[in-house]
Amino acid sequence: MSEYVLLRHRQIPNLNRLEVYQANGGFGAFRKVLTEMQPADVLNEVKTSGLRGRGGAGFPTGMKWSFLPNTLWPHYVVANGDESEPGTFKDREILENNPFQFLEGLMIASYAVQANLSFVYLRGEFWQIGKQLERCIATLERAGLLGENILGTGYSLRLVVHMGAGAYICGEETALLESIEGKLGQPRLRPPFPAVAGLYNRPTVINNVETLTNLPPILANGAGWYRSLGTEKSPGVKIFSLSGCVRRPGNYELPLGSTFRHLIEELGGGALEGRRLKAIMPAGASSSLLRVDDRVLDTPMDYESVAALGSQLGSASVIVLDDSVDLKWLLNKTVHFFKHESCGKCTPCREGTYWMSHLTERLVLPGKAQAGDAELLLAVARQMQGKCLCALGEFSTMAVTTAMQLFPEEFAER
Amino acid sequence: MNALLERYPDEVKAILARYPQEQKRSAVMPLLYLAQRERGVITVKDMAEIGELTGMEITEVGSIVGFYTLYHDSGPRFRVQVCTDLPCALRGADEFLKRLCENIGVRVGEPTADGSLVIEEVTCLAGCHHAPMFQVQGDGEITYHEDQTVESATETIAELRRRAAGGQHE
Repeated sequence: MSEYVLLRHRQIPNLNRLEVYQANGGFGAFRKVLTEMQPADVLNEVKTSGLRGRGGAGFPTGMKWSFLPNTLWPHYVVANGDESEPGTFKDREILENNPFQFLEGLMIASYAVQANLSFVYLRGEFWQIGKQLERCIATLERAGLLGENILGTGYSLRLVVHMGAGAYICGEETALLESIEGKLGQPRLRPPFPAVAGLYNRPTVINNVETLTNLPPILANGAGWYRSLGTEKSPGVKIFSLSGCVRRPGNYELPLGSTFRHLIEELGGGALEGRRLKAIMPAGASSSLLRVDDRVLDTPMDYESVAALGSQLGSASVIVLDDSVDLKWLLNKTVHFFKHESCGKCTPCREGTYWMSHLTERLVLPGKAQAGDAELLLAVARQMQGKCLCALGEFSTMAVTTAMQLFPEEFAER
Repeated sequence: MNALLERYPDEVKAILARYPQEQKRSAVMPLLYLAQRERGVITVKDMAEIGELTGMEITEVGSIVGFYTLYHDSGPRFRVQVCTDLPCALRGADEFLKRLCENIGVRVGEPTADGSLVIEEVTCLAGCHHAPMFQVQGDGEITYHEDQTVESATETIAELRRRAAGGQHE
């Protein structure tokens, strides 16, 4: 890629310093938005850009904002920095190295929905990032870019960093809101949706860190420029977190619609010495597996194309599996994760992940498997599907059902 | 008398001021981190005092401590938390953890004989491309250690134990 849109720190040293960020165009978009644009204009520009949520669901960002009623106040914006999906480490790189672009994005979103208090929710493990963000916010307050009557426009905004404390489920947006409210991080029953009754029962926008980081370049360069990147239905760039059995794991910023082959083989260096690629999990531990063949490798990584293969792009955390990986072992790993992270609120997820983890453990421990365990595992997974309160329970079954369907030979009883 | 407020008057006030005035309960998580800062654990007395500051029952504060894995009501000063989730495991994290524990002479989850630290297994820390990796929680901080070898991790642990033995806090 010639020029980064999100990972700009890779080309500009010390971008986490305000003067460097500003010298490279930083806060130009925020100034323009505040002094030249009405909130509705900002909303329209983001809608036109086609930006879709980068946290996993891919929901159109502008449309999400437009659901906030103008009859209920105050409005809140919450940045979701609870990045915890196994295989995902993109928000972390932005927050560590390009924090001001993220904050500028959050400030633009706040102006667009006229929020005067916005939150950054970070997973507790990002402790050092939290300290840095608080320093950045203090710097912006001193520079007059946050606080009362910003740039003499009458608009006021305060930002608060709220640290989570080790719970994957808080990445689910309603559990995240509960956590800010000082409650257990358990998802809420919907409707009502956060756009109407969110934080403190007020209209709330929750956007992923990467989503927000896209906003300054969109507002600075225009929706048309953004749409020139990526595909028609999935415009723009995306950070792909590449991990697992590959030579060069790491974050790669690419236009949406780049192929798996380009990411894994050309950028990631392909399989390790003497190994063959076997399967891909495009959305972290929550993914449906893809069995590697030429058709899969040549598929463009955009929301529609990956869905057409029977999987999901999600947050684009691409975990590569080679022929050394035993899929029963893999399922034991992913199911154990979900069992550990299930919040316990709804029965299908709490009990289902517990039983799946018992069964996968029996399948991997020598001599422990009983006749019919594999079928029982599949039956438990299928019984959970469509019955859980939030996506966590559903996600826990994806790898199970697809691994057994695509690689039946690995689950045949010996 | 609220000992937490007396000990950290400025911090407590700053934490409460972050949230809307009628939403004191939002302060419970940062207050728990504050209570845990010095000794790595949250006592029943801390929970009662935080309840007082946030208008919560002590049982409600206790349930928050129980739900979130970074809060502890008992345990040693330092926690060495190794990620063994799928992406790290694909790059040798299980073997790393096993050999590290052998090297130190402890089992996962069992504190060292001097009571200074425990090695734990945790879920994904967003460091998959730098496996094997772990975080150290203690003294009110969390720090990442990435691209680790058993030798480098052993050295870090020795340093933590020296700090604990010397009794000095950072």
